[in-house]
Parts: sequence; structure tokens; C-alpha cells
Amino acid sequence: MSLRSALGTARGLGSAKSGTHHWIAQRITAIALIPLTVWFTIGLIAHAGAPYEEMRAWIGSPVSATLMICLIIGMFHHAQLGLQVVIEDYIHAERCKIAALLLIKGAAFFLGVLGVLSVVRIAFGG
Amino acid sequence: MASAERPLSPHLQVYRPQWTSVLSISHRATGIVLSIGSVVLVWWLVAAAASPEYYASFAGVVGSVIGQLCLFGWTFCLMYHLMNGIRHLVWDAGGWLELEQARKSGVHCVGAAVVLTVVSWVAAYAAM
Repeated sequence: MSLRSALGTARGLGSAKSGTHHWIAQRITAIALIPLTVWFTIGLIAHAGAPYEEMRAWIGSPVSATLMICLIIGMFHHAQLGLQVVIEDYIHAERCKIAALLLIKGAAFFLGVLGVLSVVRIAFGG
Repeated sequence: MASAERPLSPHLQVYRPQWTSVLSISHRATGIVLSIGSVVLVWWLVAAAASPEYYASFAGVVGSVIGQLCLFGWTFCLMYHLMNGIRHLVWDAGGWLELEQARKSGVHCVGAAVVLTVVSWVAAYAAM
């Protein structure tokens, strides 16, 4: 039990409005990825070694395509949040850190868009 | 100024590895490995969207011995990260924080990850 005032304990810790956003986003994406990973793993097992057309039929069906896009977005969001913390913990040279963060975030965004576009193309039969 | 050589915590050289600490850094390591694996996931989707020829070349790489070994390793990383991630979420909710619970749940995570990895691969090869 602290005798310090509420203001005294909160001062200097930053704004409570957005400071925990990173932490919360990582947990929310983690929770979303639990069922998505289970679905994806079972789907891959069921289609292991499937020929081209059969695999496309699975990926491109409306429900699968939607879940796959949810998986891609959730996965890359979660991955770049996690990699960001790793970089911030281990790279201390400011310029290298910023370069690594930009690279990781950019790569995650690019790969995410590429994955989503591929699923959309399969779903629309392109 | 404090000298740069003073020991910083945690001083890894003198710490005996424990289940909790080893599994903690493993969560990070598997997360990094899975991030690399995500590139292959996108490659798979691009190949499926491109053409039968492109998909065949992708399947050839993934179906090779080295490709299958990598996939097996990624499966274990995925299962471990999934199990240990759930353990982390339980901690965030305030559970399993006693020392013995933290150790025991960690051992269970590794066991579950091994079982899920083997079961997935046996099921996948049986389905082919």
C-alpha cells in the first residue's frame, strides 16, 4: 500500500490514452491468431500434396479466402509488432535501429499486401 | 559516470538456465523463425495465384528433403509459439503466476508442441 497520491504515481509514465496500444494490439492479434492457426493447420493437413487446381479451389472458396486474408493481416501485424520489440531490445545504435524498424515494417506491409492480393486473385479466378 | 563494465542484470554468464528463462527466449526465437516462414507462406499464395508451372516449381522446393525439414521445423516453432502464446495470455489474465505453475505449464507447452507437431505430420502424410 503506497502513501503516494494517484497523481504522483502516474506522473512521468506517459499518456494513458495510447501508451499501451502496442501491448494491447499484440494481445488482440495473438487471440485472433489462435483459431486462425488451428483452421490453417487443419486445412493444410487436409490438402497436403494436393494438385494445383484442388489447392486453388480450397484457397479461393469464399470462407477460406476470407479466413486466409484474416490470417495474413493478423499474422503480419503480430509479426511486425513482435520484431519491433526484438529490434528495440537488441539494436542500440539509433540509425541502425530506425533503419531496421523501417525495413521490418515495410517488409511486413509489402508481404501482407502481396499475400492478400494473391488470395483475391485466386478467389476471383484470375 | 558509472563504468560501462559494471554487471548488468540479467547477467547471462552466471545464470543457471531454467525452464522459465529458456522458454521465454525460445518464444522470441520461434517468433523470429516464424516471421521468416511467413515469407514462404506468401510465396505459396503467389505461386498458386500465378500459374501451374510456377506452382510446380514451388511444390518442388517445398517437397524436397530440405524443404520438408524446414517445414517440419516451422511446424514445431508454430505449435510451440501457439502453446506458449496461450500461456502468456493466461499470465496476462493473472493466472499461473506461482513459480511451480509457471514451470509446469512451460513443460506442458513443450510436450504439447511436440505432440501437435508429430500428429500434424502423421496426419498430413496419411492424407496424401
